[in-house]
Amino acid sequence: MSLITPDFGLIVWMTLIFGIVFFILAKWGFPMITDSVAKRADRINDSIRQAKEAEERLKNLAEEQKKLIEQTKAEQSRILKKAVESRDAMIEKAKAQAHDEAAKIIAKAQTEISAEKESALRDIRRQVALLSVGVAEKVLRKKLSDENEQRELVNKFVDEMTSADKKLLNN
Amino acid sequence: MRGIMKKLLTFILAIVLPMTALPAQEDAMPSGGPGIDMNEYLYGHVRDAYEWHITTINGKAISIPLPVIVYSKATGWHVFSSKRLEGGEYKGFYVASQSSKYANKVVERGTDGIEIRPLDFSVTKNVFGLLINSALLLFIVLGTAKWYRKHDAAGEVPKGGVGFMEMLVSMIEEDVIKESVGEDYKKYSPYLLTAFFFILLNNLMGIVPFFPGGANITGNIAVTFVLAMFTFFIVNVFGNKLYWKEILWPEVPAWLKVPVPLMPAIEIIGIFTKPFSLMVRLFANMLAGHFMILGVVAVIFLTAHMGAAFNAGLGIVSVLLGVFMDCLELLVAFIQAYVFTMLSAVFIGLSRPKPEADKTTK
Repeated sequence: MSLITPDFGLIVWMTLIFGIVFFILAKWGFPMITDSVAKRADRINDSIRQAKEAEERLKNLAEEQKKLIEQTKAEQSRILKKAVESRDAMIEKAKAQAHDEAAKIIAKAQTEISAEKESALRDIRRQVALLSVGVAEKVLRKKLSDENEQRELVNKFVDEMTSADKKLLNN
Repeated sequence: MRGIMKKLLTFILAIVLPMTALPAQEDAMPSGGPGIDMNEYLYGHVRDAYEWHITTINGKAISIPLPVIVYSKATGWHVFSSKRLEGGEYKGFYVASQSSKYANKVVERGTDGIEIRPLDFSVTKNVFGLLINSALLLFIVLGTAKWYRKHDAAGEVPKGGVGFMEMLVSMIEEDVIKESVGEDYKKYSPYLLTAFFFILLNNLMGIVPFFPGGANITGNIAVTFVLAMFTFFIVNVFGNKLYWKEILWPEVPAWLKVPVPLMPAIEIIGIFTKPFSLMVRLFANMLAGHFMILGVVAVIFLTAHMGAAFNAGLGIVSVLLGVFMDCLELLVAFIQAYVFTMLSAVFIGLSRPKPEADKTTK
């Protein structure tokens, strides 16, 4: 029966011993260990969080970089396009200007030519008139006696004159 | 686990029981061989004692005498070595015989010859064992704590013994205490951790077959009683209002509590059965473990005079079984410490019900 009847003395001793052990361990033993472990766990969690953040930031950075590169590329192509456009426009403008200039020059040349021609024609007419006056003078002086011959000669001269005139005009 | 233990127990008993019967018969015969008093052998090993018997060489007992401290109503305080009791009576004190009501306890011979049990505060084998184991526990835990004091524990991880202790502490704290107690578990974790390591160390020291181990401390009901009482007080002193309301006025149909307070009565009994189960579980498990190992080892001695072949055969079986039982006891030592801690934590958790949680379950 003594096995299942608690002994009073042992109860007292056990209470005392366990109480003291409990007091000492609760004050200087376990809290030290559990707190340290908790602190370490906190730090590990912190480190993991920070690492994750850093990773995230790095990822963002890479993305930003990519974006920047893309932007730059777009800008580049835009500028290039613009340059090409302005170059084309310039060429076009220059061409148009050149064309205008050429046309102006040609027109001027043509007017000059026609003026020249006119003056030349006028000159020729004057010459012809002078010549015909001369010829008429000579004919008149030579053959005033013969009337028939005179008539024939005048007709002949007039014919020649008109045909010459026509020829000149046609030219 | 229980099933295996039961099977094993029946198996061992099937071997041991016939053996115990045999020597008894032989003792009865005048030509009897070297009989072993199984009763004394088994109980002598698991029971508390006034001296620490280490071994017996050539019939001479080698034991450590321990102080006997008694208070007699008639003669006051007496402190003397347990060696004095070996010779019989000392100053009117002697160890009561087996037939006495106070078998194996120090008693005082009263004036009229009646045995009187004095107040006995003797440093018995169990008390001495407790002192040794507690010193060891303090050494281990404070030594571990010292490491953290000396190192930057937040950045360094301990190795070896400290690492092992940290693993155990973290395991109990994370898996048992945090899970079972719930919020502000930190307040209770020193007690629960102390209880766990105290029980574990005493269990393990109980398995060690020689001094300073071998004292059946956690298999003593007084020890488990005190441990259970600690849990009992912590549960009931720090229990919150809702806990007491659920005991005294639980949310059950009114007829279960108004004319006859049936449910409150059951709940109040429950307050006491919880620590009682803690006390008996640890006590019975550790005592049974000691008995089993002792029984298995006893086979060797019981068969010693039954012929060499028989003895050798059963001796081998006994050693193998003994090894197995010791391994099993190592496991049980841990499991019982774990179970005691876990149930204590669960009881503490139950003593702090949360109003919201209470409503959601309804």
